[in-house]
Amino acid sequence: MWDYSAKVMDHFRHPRNVGEIDNPDAVGEIGNIVCGDALKLTLKIDRSTEKILDAKFQTFGCGSAIASSSALTEMIKGKTLDEASKITNKDIADYLDGLPEEKMHCSVMGMEALEAAINNYRGITTSSRQRPEGEKIICRCFGVTDRKIAQVIEMNNLTAVDQVTNYTKAGGGCGQCRPQIEAILAEILKKEREKKQSLLRKKMTNLERIRLIQETLEKEIRPYLQADGGDLELVDIDGHTVYIRLIGTCQSCPSMDFTIETFISQKLRQVLHEDIEAKKVEE
Amino acid sequence: MKTIYLDNNATTRIAPEVLDQMRPYLDELYGNPSSMHSFGGQVAKKIAQAREQVADLLGASSPAEIIFTSCGTESDNAAIFGAVRSYPEKRHIITSRVEHPAVLNTCRYLPKEGYRVTFLSVDHSGQLDLEELRAALTPDTAIVSIMYANNETGVIFPIDEIAAIVKEKGAIFHTDAVQAVGKIPLNLKESQIDMLSLSGHKLHAPKGVGALYLRQGTKFTPFLLGGHQEGGRRAGTENVASIIGLGAACELAARHIPEEQTGVRALRDKLEHSILAKVPNTRVNGDPIHRLPNTTNIGFEFVEGEAILLMLSDRGIAASSGSACTSGSLEPSHVLRAMEVPFTHAHGSIRFSLSRYTTEEEIDTVISELLPIIDRLRAISPFGPKSKTLAQNQKP
Repeated sequence: MWDYSAKVMDHFRHPRNVGEIDNPDAVGEIGNIVCGDALKLTLKIDRSTEKILDAKFQTFGCGSAIASSSALTEMIKGKTLDEASKITNKDIADYLDGLPEEKMHCSVMGMEALEAAINNYRGITTSSRQRPEGEKIICRCFGVTDRKIAQVIEMNNLTAVDQVTNYTKAGGGCGQCRPQIEAILAEILKKEREKKQSLLRKKMTNLERIRLIQETLEKEIRPYLQADGGDLELVDIDGHTVYIRLIGTCQSCPSMDFTIETFISQKLRQVLHEDIEAKKVEE
Repeated sequence: MKTIYLDNNATTRIAPEVLDQMRPYLDELYGNPSSMHSFGGQVAKKIAQAREQVADLLGASSPAEIIFTSCGTESDNAAIFGAVRSYPEKRHIITSRVEHPAVLNTCRYLPKEGYRVTFLSVDHSGQLDLEELRAALTPDTAIVSIMYANNETGVIFPIDEIAAIVKEKGAIFHTDAVQAVGKIPLNLKESQIDMLSLSGHKLHAPKGVGALYLRQGTKFTPFLLGGHQEGGRRAGTENVASIIGLGAACELAARHIPEEQTGVRALRDKLEHSILAKVPNTRVNGDPIHRLPNTTNIGFEFVEGEAILLMLSDRGIAASSGSACTSGSLEPSHVLRAMEVPFTHAHGSIRFSLSRYTTEEEIDTVISELLPIIDRLRAISPFGPKSKTLAQNQKP
């Protein structure tokens, strides 16, 4: 049995805003009966302020799908379209005090229905036949596009293919598209890593920089030298030069210059992203 | 709130008589049946008695044909691996698409060891095409494993006929009879079944005990190696109390089988007929004739199974569903998909499985509680039909 929060059960047992608005200003429909869940959202919108005056839903789906839809309608009423469009699936899940990970796709369905309704109001068609240029279906079983997969990965900081399946259903049918999902995920994770590293470089104080050099020597370099009966000490850091004293077998090692210049320098460059150079101190 | 338990194909309550029989062996009679003292010896005698009780329920020729195991899944694994290891030159296996995961996933694994597996299809009523089986059998076929009765739909396969077809081609025939044992009469003496799996907790014995019937003279390779227990065919110190419980449960089941066929069947039929009569857009999934007397699988169009189960649960009613959302997978049950049940009915399928403890009062309660639940969920659903159930129409 799923471990649903009290709030999910409350919205499931007593769903808010069930039904269909007569002459709605916006309609968002997502999912279908084959997939196992579907949501139809209808909105009444004040044309001058673009404020959502009323929202109603109809949902075919499990307990968390009904609860997510109910939560969504409560969250968007009274908001302008711009404000509402900032709501993510995570906000819907948080509103319900969380959803089991396997059920996160219910919150994504809520977000998608809202997107569809806003697009509908603004005259943008998002039917599957008229997908934006460059967007393509990755999961044929559940009709999930690369754009949707990327969006959900970024919004929820996902790191594994199984998570993507839990959040979007993609890969949950025949499973043939899992390598493609893996590739999208790897691409995004790589970009995020690069972004983080560049941030790190910009913000690092001198003290942090020294600590990072020490840590790298400690964890990434010394164990290798020690394995061969050698070791090193950090003597000084001057600008881009790191001065090091070699100990034990390293002192008499014929490949010592190579050790310093390539191995240690490379390791430090990987972490610090600057043209750092390691130099040995002559005794 | 009193629980109305209609999920007996998932597990059953331990019969009070069974628990009484078990209790001393969890307490003061803790001897090891293999010991050379009478304190252990008295336990060995009770295990021998349990073996006879199981053999009697199955109509086996001898108690020696019964091997106690830890569960139905172990029995299935022991049967399939035992057969393929006993006939290493044969590299083909036949099973069906609607097996329990214990058989299905074992067969899906075997191609990794170089085996070829044929998965037989079923028709819309969940029945096999025996011609497909005949065509699939080759001299290379080591084992055919086909379930006796389906856990989700209750559909019963013509197992004696299937066994005869398989034996004609010289392969081993195994049946997972976990759902059939105790619900329908069996007489293995008269059949050609080589191996049969059963599970204690499906027939009012405890969880954690099962048995494998192994016809005398059938080649077998043990699945668990170790001590000499179970005639060297399944090592490990006996789960004494549970084995004694399984024996007692089998003896009870033998006495109650006529009741399954009359009382339980009548209540199941009442539940099914009432739902079909009062709720529009519903259907029974599976062969309505060749079916376990305690099981009905009903598809409610336009609504989703988990939502129905949660609302039933709120009213103290326990059932189960083949919907995607209940399993954590994203697709509905493999059984319903193999039968090509329309998605709209598969997502909203509910299985009710009764037992001899189910009362008519409970069935009446379920009928009256269920109708407003379906109405409510259909009112929420964007696909909900305009026609409401009878309960809704009758409201003033």
